[in-house]
Amino acid sequence: MSKAETQIKVENMTIAYGDFVLLKDISFEVKKSDVFVIMGASGGGKSSLLRAMTGLMEPATGEIFVDGINFTAANAEVRNEIMQRCGILYQSGALFSSMTLAENIALPLQQYTNYSPKLIDELVGLKLALVGLTGFEDFYPSEISGGMKKRAGLARALALDPEIVYFDEPSAGLDPISSKLLDDLIIDINKSLGTTIVVVTHELNSIFAIGSNSIFLDADTKSILGRGNPRELLKNPPNEAVLKFLTRGEK
Amino acid sequence: MPVTLNIAKNIMTVGLRGDFSGYYDAESSDRLFKEIRQNQIEKIVFKDDGLGKWDSTLLVLIYDAAKIAKEKSVKIEMGGLPDNLQKLIYLALEVDRKPEKDRSGHSGFLEILGNWGYGLYKSVRKGGAFMHQTLTSFLRFIGGGAVMRQVDFLFAMEDSSYKAVGIVSLVSFMVGLILAFVGAIQLKTFGAQIYVASLVAIGMTRIMGAIMVGIIMAGRTGASYAATIGTMQVNEEIDALKTMGISTTDFLVLPRIMALTITMPILVILADFMGIVGGAAVGVGMLGISAPEYWQYSVNALNMTNFWVGIFHGFVFGIVIALCGCYYGVNCGRNADSVGVATTRAVVSAIVWMIVVTGFITMVFEALGI
Repeated sequence: MSKAETQIKVENMTIAYGDFVLLKDISFEVKKSDVFVIMGASGGGKSSLLRAMTGLMEPATGEIFVDGINFTAANAEVRNEIMQRCGILYQSGALFSSMTLAENIALPLQQYTNYSPKLIDELVGLKLALVGLTGFEDFYPSEISGGMKKRAGLARALALDPEIVYFDEPSAGLDPISSKLLDDLIIDINKSLGTTIVVVTHELNSIFAIGSNSIFLDADTKSILGRGNPRELLKNPPNEAVLKFLTRGEK
Repeated sequence: MPVTLNIAKNIMTVGLRGDFSGYYDAESSDRLFKEIRQNQIEKIVFKDDGLGKWDSTLLVLIYDAAKIAKEKSVKIEMGGLPDNLQKLIYLALEVDRKPEKDRSGHSGFLEILGNWGYGLYKSVRKGGAFMHQTLTSFLRFIGGGAVMRQVDFLFAMEDSSYKAVGIVSLVSFMVGLILAFVGAIQLKTFGAQIYVASLVAIGMTRIMGAIMVGIIMAGRTGASYAATIGTMQVNEEIDALKTMGISTTDFLVLPRIMALTITMPILVILADFMGIVGGAAVGVGMLGISAPEYWQYSVNALNMTNFWVGIFHGFVFGIVIALCGCYYGVNCGRNADSVGVATTRAVVSAIVWMIVVTGFITMVFEALGI
């Protein structure tokens, strides 16, 4: 596969809650092995777009294609197959509170592979090591910090060696150092595994640190007002809204 | 007057003088707004004519005037006012995004009725779909294909079995006691107090035991199901399950329904026994009936039909309570308030549905002569 190959394609998508339209008729493509950032102000529809892309909500109109397969029109079985190739790190980590970290990570492996319990244990150990949490196998989510929860959530998202990993506000609620560590981890995963990364965020440091491509969602026009590499967008902003966002309104 | 107006050459000059701390003068505000609306002006100039202390009450006056000016495309100049005051006004004017739908209007009767009807239709559909999913999930479980963790089932069993023994015993004992008291008052008048034993035995085993256990378990376990699953919704754990392709019904609902359906009939037996003991406490302790005599009358009054009817009610109530708890948990909103709402609805609907189901079962049993 060449680097320029399209992995996710969103076509003419409108996202609405009842009569309230959040995003109107937006289209974009995510190339394979990209770190694709969906950015924009709070309330601009970033997380809703992510929910639509992962099948947690139905768009009002439009379609999503993953590797050429129409995800929106697909039945539950096909969607499930597609989602098995995806991992998601939620804003809160979304670890199952009644399970240990090891059990959380083992769950998708038990569900979708025929691996022996021993191999699953080893894979769990590996995934935890990848995110720097070796030794925390038997800890419950309530016993670890917010940053560690996110890293454990990422380990679970990586359990099935996904081709795509979605991140919903990965830096939210993290101190600058934990946030930087998570950004580094995202880059490492992308570079070492070639995983396509889709990140929803409004954290400028993260956007510039990790983003190889991006779209800027605007709440007023309900559309995409900027697209491209975030650093390029900063150098040559297509409009005032993008410039204002990328400079924290200082220019 | 702290606010002075002067119009010359299509320019309105608004002078502000003195303190505007806690300022409210409806007359001069209205005069200002009226003048802006009525006169053909191009610009409004706000001027500091010796402005003293000021707070948000001055801000709101200028802000309202500026909004009217904006509607009429009249320019505003505030250069003469303090910098911080200007900044605040510009900030307030900048955030001017309005909701697309106006919520200020009142809905008509037909609209309210239509919305209510449509809401009811959606709820019935949603409830039906949830029951269908649960049944499918159970069939999958029988076929060995459901993703249910044994440990979740055992936890649910633990929570709805021996941990509930204390409260079920206490309440049932008290209900037996009350039944005996109420019965004794009437039966004593014609010397038939011995039949208190029969009254309590039949009342508890046929329905009272099951209803009391149902109410206790709806408040205790049903509420806990709704709160636990609702919190999982808030913490995005349910989203994580869905995107992993794991059925939430298999994983969360099935173990809880199965556990409660198994433990409820056992708790009903306990409640029946404790109710009879409560009745005996009144009969033996206060009505002067001997213990062997009370026991004999209770045994004579008991029959297996009543006993099984009570057990059957317990089994059905178990399904109703668990379904209500899990349904409201899974359909909980995404904030802390929603968890409270889900819990309340789970308990109230479980109790209402238990009464409805009891009425239905009673009619069917009556028709069948049971």
